Amino acid sequence: MSEAALGASATTRFATREVLKHVVLILGALVVLLPFYVMISYSLKAPAELMQNTGGFFGSQADFLDDRCILLGGTEASCMVNPIAYNYDSAFREAPLFRYLLNGIIVTVSIFVIQVIVALPCAYALAKLKFWGRDAVFGLVLFCLLIPVHAISLPLYVVLAQLGLTNSYAALVIPWTISVFGIFLMRQFFMTVPDDLIDAARMDGMSEYSIVWNVMLPTAIPALMAFAIFSIVAHWNDYFWPRIVITGDRSLFTPPLGLREFRGDADGSNFGPMMASAVVIVTPLIVAFLLMQRRFIEGITLSGMK
Amino acid sequence: MASIELSRIQKRFGTAEVLKDVTLSIADREFVTLVGPSGCGKSTLLRILAGLEAADGGTVQIAGQDMTRVRPAHRNLAMVFQSYALYPHLTIAQNMATPLKLRDLSRWARLPVIGPLSARSAYRAIGEQVRETARTLQIEALLDRKPSQLSGGQRQRAALGRAMVRQPVAFLMDEPLSNLDAALRVHMRAELSELHRRLGATFVYVTHDQAEALTMSDKMAVMMGGRILQFGPPDQVFANPATLDVAEFVGSPKINILPGEVDHDGRVSALGRGIPARLLVDGRLAKVGLRPEQLHLDGGADGWLGRVVHRENLGHDLYFHVALDADDQRLVVRGAQDRNGAESLGDAVRVGFKPDRALFFAPDGTRLHSVVPAKLAESA
Repeated sequence: MSEAALGASATTRFATREVLKHVVLILGALVVLLPFYVMISYSLKAPAELMQNTGGFFGSQADFLDDRCILLGGTEASCMVNPIAYNYDSAFREAPLFRYLLNGIIVTVSIFVIQVIVALPCAYALAKLKFWGRDAVFGLVLFCLLIPVHAISLPLYVVLAQLGLTNSYAALVIPWTISVFGIFLMRQFFMTVPDDLIDAARMDGMSEYSIVWNVMLPTAIPALMAFAIFSIVAHWNDYFWPRIVITGDRSLFTPPLGLREFRGDADGSNFGPMMASAVVIVTPLIVAFLLMQRRFIEGITLSGMK
Repeated sequence: MASIELSRIQKRFGTAEVLKDVTLSIADREFVTLVGPSGCGKSTLLRILAGLEAADGGTVQIAGQDMTRVRPAHRNLAMVFQSYALYPHLTIAQNMATPLKLRDLSRWARLPVIGPLSARSAYRAIGEQVRETARTLQIEALLDRKPSQLSGGQRQRAALGRAMVRQPVAFLMDEPLSNLDAALRVHMRAELSELHRRLGATFVYVTHDQAEALTMSDKMAVMMGGRILQFGPPDQVFANPATLDVAEFVGSPKINILPGEVDHDGRVSALGRGIPARLLVDGRLAKVGLRPEQLHLDGGADGWLGRVVHRENLGHDLYFHVALDADDQRLVVRGAQDRNGAESLGDAVRVGFKPDRALFFAPDGTRLHSVVPAKLAESA
């Protein structure tokens, strides 16, 4: 065999391997993206198209007759609606979606802010101060990372109920204010901050708290960003806990609870508006992630200082 | 400006005794270097002086006041760190203003936005002081940059600026030149000495580099194993070391240590060659220390016979490593200036020495002083 042929076969083998890799990756991506495809497609189509599963991704976008409008006494001509307008309009009209989005923002932001207020001093103490029992405390932090939320949800609920705090923002926020994950993540990052920097701050006259907020916090922005994404995504999307502690008051519903509004009871589910509100709910997160993507990855790899 | 008294400082980390009863007094306006191999406790001593570390025993006095239990910020000392430790998120101007803001402004006036508005004149005064200091150090052009945009030497100056700006009673420096390249280090040595003279402040400088200690300080304290072995002016420490360890640590290339013998009359000989000196101890083994510059390669008939095994050319100096034939011993010899290093590798040479500066040590490392000829041996 000539050398050229050898070289060619090596290239083809290399290429096949690359192709194979990409096929696997593309299949994985498809599996992940399929629900989003369905969600967006359903939010664009008319009810009849959804039932018959016709119309492809966009649907025909032909106006259709809104039954409920007729029931409410409208004329046929005034009740013809565009599917997209109908779905998104219903999403905002039938459920107070803005209220839910606002609740989501209030809850996730309060949780994150309090988590930072608690986690940063803790992480600083665990990373940079010497005190008796520090390693034991850090061991406890690691241990707490292993406890699933669902295991302690019942006692948490009982305590909140006894205190009369169910059906309040407090019930949504308080159980999450101490984030062991946050403490752990920030501690790992603070370990990489040179001791000299802290000593310099002490020589300059800063108190320990002042060091946490004025020296450690600014250097830890990338790690904090990563933590922010974890925290905000987890609590924005949380369905489990709000479902437990918010039992009556709809004005306290968070966005995921709002989705239940469209779960039909007798007359079947109203998928179009439901998927439209799902789109509205996930959009802020996706936009936030795209904006902070680089910082997020920086924080995860904990390479902020260099 | 202030004198500093450290007395009977002790420090343990777990079971390891890092500082053993260290006493050191530094006069006002003095440039004192703490020098020693790594792990000798010099940095710990500096940190205790700064207040960053608490001593297990002993007291720290600054300007006559007991500061042992006083927080670092209230000791009014400034420290320059090896890594410079500039705040990475602040500009150089903000870095330099930080100690002033913390000292001169109230908590209220330090708040962002409201602070600068309410305490405008105080902020202006701080800005003026920062610019003034920057002018002295010639870093005015760098004031608006972040530390990551500066070179090592520029960061070094910025760190100095942050230390200088609040006019502390003393400057503490922990290996501030170690992160610079060799040429810049030599340049900064001169600049630091000049700065010391201009500021007229007390400097305490920690280094592992004996060259820095010799070139810059008024007095140097040689530390080893948690003790100060010798404290005095550099030329005295170099010429008249108190112990064998000090003699070996100070001076580059290292002093040659030869096995010596003392006969019953106190006459000393090294490697079979007599040295015109007399010690009061008799019949004991001793060690003889000869610096490379006291040795030469034309020792004549009674010189030690050896072979050149290595030539070290430093440009201004040429050193020969000579393996002696008689003994398993190597000597470092400074080549004569006028001979241009005629000897080459493998050449047989006879090593001679100038006897007047030979140093004698007892087997335990303590210095032995010769009595005869007293004048010659003690002339150092």
